[in-house]
Amino acid sequence: MLPPTPLRLFWTFLAIGAFTFGGGYAMIPLIKKSIVERPRWMEDEEFVDAIAIAQSSPGPIAVNIATLTGYKLSGLGGALFSVVGATLPSFIIILVVASIFLGVQHNSYVRAAMAGMRPAVIALMAQAVLDVGKTAVKSRFSIVLGLLALVALTVFNVHPVLVIVAAAAAGVAASRLGLAQVPNGAEQKEQNKETR
Amino acid sequence: MMVLNLFLTFFKIGLFSFGGGYAMIPLIQREIVTLHRWLTMSQFIDVIAISQVTPGPIAINAATFVGYKVAGVWGSAAATAGVVMPSVLVSLGLTWAFLRYRSLAVVKAMFTGIRPAVVALIVAATLSILPSSITNFAGLLIALLAFLAIRYFKLDPILALVLAAAIGILIG
Repeated sequence: MLPPTPLRLFWTFLAIGAFTFGGGYAMIPLIKKSIVERPRWMEDEEFVDAIAIAQSSPGPIAVNIATLTGYKLSGLGGALFSVVGATLPSFIIILVVASIFLGVQHNSYVRAAMAGMRPAVIALMAQAVLDVGKTAVKSRFSIVLGLLALVALTVFNVHPVLVIVAAAAAGVAASRLGLAQVPNGAEQKEQNKETR
Repeated sequence: MMVLNLFLTFFKIGLFSFGGGYAMIPLIQREIVTLHRWLTMSQFIDVIAISQVTPGPIAINAATFVGYKVAGVWGSAAATAGVVMPSVLVSLGLTWAFLRYRSLAVVKAMFTGIRPAVVALIVAATLSILPSSITNFAGLLIALLAFLAIRYFKLDPILALVLAAAIGILIG
């Protein structure tokens, strides 16, 4: 397996940055393919945790995922090269657009290409839901919590960061009450007995 | 010192915008259009339209665009660096803390709660862009074909996007 050097991370995130349409979540299948599946640089569960941390930081999710993936795999240099790689395509494209191609959003070919690409972005995001869901939703507790979070987000427009904080609190509460099974939970169960 | 001003303004935008994507638009609009008057409202709407047809986070697209309009290439570099820096610093801090404390029982318990919420976040984001993304039967077909090809025939996601764009041009 090729080690994740900063330069390799740069090229990986450059490709991802060039094809991130429709927001950060659509890049999840892209990142998963080039970080978790092809070179097994990360485990499925670590990847889900990375997305959770990215969602808890301010700013674009794409930048956050690049930062923490790069840092985890190759330290500060890895983080720096990953962020520059993920940012460079949009930076260069917008410079070109702003200086010589200002009407790009009205170009009929560009519009037709986007009309074709948008449904594919939905397919990518559905893919992300299934991929992340398979790793993250394993118990009755996680099904209930996931549904509650979805209702909070879509029906009551609760802020994503608040949902994550509440979910973390629910996880702690559930493990104290013995409702949720925490991975590698042997020591956890011991601790539960003690606290009772 | 316009370049410094751009850097600081976009640093602030990067620092106070949680949730990414369209959640950042009102904050960017207030700073760029209302407070600094670097863009008119119709130019700002153009930036959003351009972001929809170019790759990358809308905050970075807006930073690069505004920076270029106000102070050329150096302006765009300063604004882009500014908007990215808070994300990088906070993400680094959180990752460092996570890697250091992840074996603690309480942190593990937190993440058993957070993981299903992440799925809900992606579902919610998908639902929010669904109506504007699939608007007709052809769109529905492209989405289904792309999904099946990626899921069951291991089509590369990037190749799926390129093919979908080509289909869009062919039938558009």
